[in-house]
Amino acid sequence: MTASATKKPVKGPSQHSSLGISRAEARRQTISAYLFLLPFLIVFVGFVLIPMVMCLWTSFFDSTMAREDIFVGFGNYVKMFQDEIFWKALANTALIVVVAVPTVTAFSLWVASAIYKMKAASCSFFRCIFYLPVVTGTVAVTVVWKWMFNYYYGVINYVAKGVGIIDQNVNWLGDEKTAIWCIILILFTTSIGQPIVLYVSALGNVDASLTEAAQVDGATKLQTFWKIMWPQIMPTTLYILVITTINSFQCFALIQLLTSGGPNHATDTIMYYIYYQAFKLYQYGYGNAMGVILAIIIALLSAIQFKVAGKGND
Amino acid sequence: MKKALALVMAGVMALSLVACGGGSTSGSTSTAASAGSTGGSTAASTASGDATQITLWTYPIGSWKDAETVDGFIAKFNEQYPDIQVKVEYLDYTNGDDKVTTSIEAGTTPDIIFEGPERLVSNWGAKGLMVDLSDLWTEEATADISQTSEAVVNACKGSDGVYYEYPLCMTAHNMAINYELFEETGALQYIDQETRTWTTDNFVKALETLRDSGKVITPAIVYCGGQGGDQGTRALVNNLYSGTYTNADHTAYTANSAENVKALELLQQLANDGALTFDPAAQASDELQNFANGAAAMTFCWNASNEASYASQVSFTPYAMNFPTDDGSVELCGGIWGFGIFDNGDPAKIEAAKTFIKFICDDATQGPASVQATGFFPVRASFGNVYAGTADEERMGTFQSFLPNMGDYYNVIGGWTEQRTAWWNMLQEVGRGDDVQAAADKFVETSNNAINAAG
Amino acid sequence: MNTVTGKTTPYKIITNIILAILTVFLVFPLYWIFTGSVKTAADINTMVPQWFPTNPTLDNYQRLFDNPALLWLWNTVFIAVVAMILTCITAAMAGYVLAKKKFYGRALIFSLIVCAMALPKQVILIPLLKEMSTLHLHDSVWAVILPTVGWPFGVFLMKQFSEGIPNEMLEAARIDGAGETRTFVQIILPMVKPGIGALAIFTFITAWNDYFMQLIMLTSNTNLTISLGIANLQAEMATDFGLIMAGAAVAAIPILAVFLMFQKYFTQGITMGAVKG
Repeated sequence: MTASATKKPVKGPSQHSSLGISRAEARRQTISAYLFLLPFLIVFVGFVLIPMVMCLWTSFFDSTMAREDIFVGFGNYVKMFQDEIFWKALANTALIVVVAVPTVTAFSLWVASAIYKMKAASCSFFRCIFYLPVVTGTVAVTVVWKWMFNYYYGVINYVAKGVGIIDQNVNWLGDEKTAIWCIILILFTTSIGQPIVLYVSALGNVDASLTEAAQVDGATKLQTFWKIMWPQIMPTTLYILVITTINSFQCFALIQLLTSGGPNHATDTIMYYIYYQAFKLYQYGYGNAMGVILAIIIALLSAIQFKVAGKGND
Repeated sequence: MKKALALVMAGVMALSLVACGGGSTSGSTSTAASAGSTGGSTAASTASGDATQITLWTYPIGSWKDAETVDGFIAKFNEQYPDIQVKVEYLDYTNGDDKVTTSIEAGTTPDIIFEGPERLVSNWGAKGLMVDLSDLWTEEATADISQTSEAVVNACKGSDGVYYEYPLCMTAHNMAINYELFEETGALQYIDQETRTWTTDNFVKALETLRDSGKVITPAIVYCGGQGGDQGTRALVNNLYSGTYTNADHTAYTANSAENVKALELLQQLANDGALTFDPAAQASDELQNFANGAAAMTFCWNASNEASYASQVSFTPYAMNFPTDDGSVELCGGIWGFGIFDNGDPAKIEAAKTFIKFICDDATQGPASVQATGFFPVRASFGNVYAGTADEERMGTFQSFLPNMGDYYNVIGGWTEQRTAWWNMLQEVGRGDDVQAAADKFVETSNNAINAAG
Repeated sequence: MNTVTGKTTPYKIITNIILAILTVFLVFPLYWIFTGSVKTAADINTMVPQWFPTNPTLDNYQRLFDNPALLWLWNTVFIAVVAMILTCITAAMAGYVLAKKKFYGRALIFSLIVCAMALPKQVILIPLLKEMSTLHLHDSVWAVILPTVGWPFGVFLMKQFSEGIPNEMLEAARIDGAGETRTFVQIILPMVKPGIGALAIFTFITAWNDYFMQLIMLTSNTNLTISLGIANLQAEMATDFGLIMAGAAVAAIPILAVFLMFQKYFTQGITMGAVKG
């Protein structure tokens, strides 16, 4: 982005400095802008914003199925901070995000850098391989992994025992210590596809003359990478960070179908716990309150990511 | 521009690809598509203009999950009542509850739903969402059903005394052992084949024998991972030392009683000795699969329907058994399935729904057929043996012999959903070696709080 | 450009070994799905894994197609493709004006978008559900499509892309007398095309895999998506692995085809911010 960003003319003052233009012009601009925004705004307001406000509103009520809501003020929020499962779920969610996001990003960058210079056929081959878990569909992937992790006759135990990594079958999904790592592993396999594909094309588009020039100047490969390539793929990295974070937070089907949050809440995530409260116990108000807190956390996190990784936005 | 166009083209191609795929096999698509709504279309062809349309949602109970079977029933129904169209949707146990929750919130509930009292009565009924079915419970029907079991009648009534379910079939959930394996290892001596019962001591001895034989991966699995099948583990714990799950009037959980704690401690001890396995990752279906594979020597989640669905997979005789007890008085958990009507505020639909239920459950020829499709037993004593003369007669006879051992139907207690999760968690805690009394106390506290919260 | 055919270094060998291991690791689940789909129940449940199906059978597929599986597949594709197209159009238009126009309320709209982006969808489902039923959209594919289109990530992405467009070009277009629509179609769209490509694929995949939204919004057997359909095939007390794997295989094929078609466009310059002035 630096290349394009530095070339980007200073915007604003030259043409329309904020709304410091004539009133007629401002009105004209506003009208045309809203016409462009209209299709999006209709759906956005209708199907995201309104439910969002309703969600915030409900979070102040004791709301359940087939009964009038009772106003409880911050009651749900107070309850939440005293709910140890909530904290456990928060910690698990944090663990998933903290582990999955950097590893997915770093690993996909490594794979991409390893394959982008290969011959077209091999590059295509690897891209497809890494994309397979993404396209297979969550439910299918989850069911097959569940089978593979089976305690008694899963392939993983069979192979691990055969190779001598373990001497006794491990109850991968049934052990509090391993279950969440299994979830992260599966999440990892389904998350790396897109970043790799994106990185391959980003690396392929790095101006070859720049890297060659750097190498002529005696820069090592590593230096070339950090000084020349890294800044150029920064926007891709930002995009990948954002989508991976979103995906990690939203990992739901995996947990619902594999562990239902167990054993002993070891794989409960906020998302699953919200679902459990809202859809199993009909605690809509409480579920919504957790949702509000989660939204605030994600918003803060995204803000930090943008601040750190993408300086190009206002 | 060209590339943008290409992108759009690719999208269109993707669409047409699938469209063609659909087109070339349109034969199967259309038959399949119509399968789901055959009931509706059959009725439409015969019905006059002012037909009442009702919707039936059914959980996968026996063959009631197969469109073919259910459509057949609806066709029969329409021969008599051509003015009522019945549209069927099939629920599954993974997502079915969410769908019902959703439909309640969206105001799109079906008219009729087919499941058991813990949902129909204690959940939706208690919330005032169901229609009072008292007029289906005629004197004749009540007497007929009472004759089978008073517990069934009570289970269909809410705490307000209103009937929210009209039952069709029932079963007593039991357990099963791998007969040949028991024979081979010498564990067969510990069961009473006459009555299919065993004592707690003999149960322990059998487990130890099986463990020492080295012929199974684990003699038994106490599954403690989510979803259904919890009745198996509940019955196991309660029977070992004759504990109860709730108090007699179903107002409080009693799983932390001395008897239950003793039972849980025994199971924990057995697990430590390698005589059984607590598996937090296994659901009932996983445990059954292990049993079918020969990885485990017994299952705690057995009934006629499970036997039928695993019949093609087992290479041994699954031998149905009562749960082990210390005093010989077995209390099996009952399963009762029947129909409820969601109150959608349309008297015509409610009336039509009642007509349908009456036909399915009470009709002299349809009633037994409806029961047969579930793979369980009729709640009506007058139906007699619905499997008489079928290939299943002998097999079903065995299971029928368990019915008298059916214990208190406590599933109508409040806080049922919460206690389910709490129960699994408690088993997991016991399994990992936590203090049993503390775990059981926590379970009871959580579950009793849930009753109060619900009330 | 140097290729791997050059000299063999230890680093390269290690790289290739790791790639090979990963390949096995990622392909195996898929292999297991496809082979599982042609195995009999007994073969699936052997204690020692059966690496190759010894008694291949199409029975699972036959049972799968007793259900309206193709209809489910069609529903899924329809949802994903329509959501993709609508998202790309609305997001490209909105992203452009947010990046390049000064107008009243811009800051407010942009902040709302950023806030909403952080929102977990599970949270808004109950209100959304009530809304959909009021609009009589519940249990229709639109109940899944519309919230996906309204999700503001696409706008955010397209705004980032549009910012790379030099203002001179817009000015030039205006001097040439191009109207707003023509400027957008002829100048903006070609420049943000890489972004649209990335967004299209992202939206397609998201919509395809958005199991939870589908679960809540769709109920009729004829309106299900393939993921829901597969989940629906499970019984309470038995997991019919072969049947589920057959469903999974059928579900994976079209999206794989789409990916293979699209993957060419990946290589031709979907790079974030690679808009050249």
